Amino acid sequence: MAKSSIKSEKFIELIMIACSLISVLTTLGIILVLSIDTIKFFAEVSFFDFITDTQWTPLFADKHFGILPLLTGTILTTVIATLVAVPVGISIAVYLNEYASKKFTATVKPILEILAAIPTVVYGFFALQFVTPLLQIFIPSLSGFNALSPGIVMGIMIIPYITSLSEDALRAVPKSLREASYGLGANKLQTAFKVMVPAASSGIIVSIILAISRALGETMIVAIAAGQQPNLTLNPLKSVETITTYIVQVSMGDVPQDSLEYRTIFAAGITLFAFTFILNNISFWIQKKYQNRYD
Amino acid sequence: MYRFISLAILLVLFSSCFKSYEGKINIDGSSTVYPLTEAVSEEFRDIRPQIRVTVGVSGTGGGFKKFLRDEIDISNASRSISKSEIELSKQNQIEFIEIPVSYDGLAVVVSPNNTFVDYLTVEELHKMWAPESQQKITRWNQIRPEWPNTPLNLYGAGTSSGTYDYFTEAINGKAKASRGDYTASEDDNVLVQGVSTDVNGLAYFGLAYYTENKDKLKLVPIKVNQDSEAIYPTDETVRTGTYQPLARPEFIYINVKSAKIPYVQEYVKFYLENAAALAEEIGSVALPPEVYKLSYERFKNLKTGSIFESKSIVGANLLNLLQKDAQ
Repeated sequence: MAKSSIKSEKFIELIMIACSLISVLTTLGIILVLSIDTIKFFAEVSFFDFITDTQWTPLFADKHFGILPLLTGTILTTVIATLVAVPVGISIAVYLNEYASKKFTATVKPILEILAAIPTVVYGFFALQFVTPLLQIFIPSLSGFNALSPGIVMGIMIIPYITSLSEDALRAVPKSLREASYGLGANKLQTAFKVMVPAASSGIIVSIILAISRALGETMIVAIAAGQQPNLTLNPLKSVETITTYIVQVSMGDVPQDSLEYRTIFAAGITLFAFTFILNNISFWIQKKYQNRYD
Repeated sequence: MYRFISLAILLVLFSSCFKSYEGKINIDGSSTVYPLTEAVSEEFRDIRPQIRVTVGVSGTGGGFKKFLRDEIDISNASRSISKSEIELSKQNQIEFIEIPVSYDGLAVVVSPNNTFVDYLTVEELHKMWAPESQQKITRWNQIRPEWPNTPLNLYGAGTSSGTYDYFTEAINGKAKASRGDYTASEDDNVLVQGVSTDVNGLAYFGLAYYTENKDKLKLVPIKVNQDSEAIYPTDETVRTGTYQPLARPEFIYINVKSAKIPYVQEYVKFYLENAAALAEEIGSVALPPEVYKLSYERFKNLKTGSIFESKSIVGANLLNLLQKDAQ
């Protein structure tokens, strides 16, 4: 009896190792596939051109392979999304944790999390058909496709990521800190923003970084509402193309496989991967470094 | 009892999933020809519900690619088959029948809020779209000095679209020669959406998409040269060829293997009988009746190959060509 239970224990352990290996191997596989085609790509296009050329027109007669227009498009929409999501997300987290009644939190939090469950294609059309026309009332020079509107909508989409994790981080701050703050005569607002938020800062920063990498990789919203014109600009009123939009555009079209045009999407993809990879590592490092400081 | 009823309902629900068709016709290709083919197919489904007709949109080039891999029966095309595609068809041993189904004018449009564009000459269009203009011609006053110094935002067909091939050939003199810094999409609805909401925008796409979105767009008449008359694309000007150089015929290409199947023959016959009426309905331009007649003869005789194999399609007269070919 005892022997067989040890056996089954071993068996379960093996299954679990296999499961965790799946995710590791998938990541390795993705890196490998991306690298192979990227290496082939850089055999034909110089890396220097790739990072310095200001035009991206690989599908046209006059070919240019400068990733910068796609990169600025991606960063621009992400920055707008972050500017919307961070203040709103953290305020909501602080409110739910410090001010709201337990009952209120219990009702509002699930509703907030629904935001993350809305299909992004719905967000995309919301940005294109509702937010853009609305913004055009105030900003008449706004193009029909622009970085601003999908950026804002993407910001709304990532609010729950920030709120949820930040709220957890705030709740994990030891009670003694809050009590000490009140004991020193601080009011609610001072306690919230001068004591609680700094104490939970590592968790909050991690939540922000995760939300940013979610925004960087977001595809549908920007593909629908930001346009498809690689445009080297930091003007949010103009049409831009993000890396993800470009990848969609090429994979949906009929660019022949195993051609230079086709490989551009791998080079673009690995650029995006590098960014999200770095961000995730930073968040991992922050989490590790500052975890449990108050225990 | 209750259980029985729910079971019966389930069975009825499922039976529709297992509905068996007598035959299947797969069609794909140009987004410009799509409205016509889809309209024909809808009517056809009404009279022959046993035949399943599916119409996809992947651009003329995309359609031909599938067609030449023998994946589809019929390919919609907004240009004639290219030399390299004919080459490939020979390699893959795919024979095809070319049938013109309608005319289309390429509409050049701006936003309705654009007040200054009265007409455009072919030369001005060339200046806007030439490959050399990339990153250089970016403002309206570079096209005509009296126009305002505002950004020129271009919207046009994607590189696998037949509209792109035709427009670049007609305006820039060489198919596929175009600047690359514009909003390019194979989906004409994206272009309509873009230019209709952009005061500084200019777009080109099939006339049918203009007709469908008339209230959101402003049509620009075209002058062949500075001294000629500015012509709007209308049924009349497109059919008679006065709207130059942006009027073109549209085609369906049928795999000969499929053309021997009775229900495909039925479909093509139905297509050519109804194309004229349906073309009007969807805002495309019907061909002269004789062209449909001659085309059907071609189809019945399984006459393969393209009449444009050795000549340019820009400014071609279909009727003359088909008559000459029939002799």
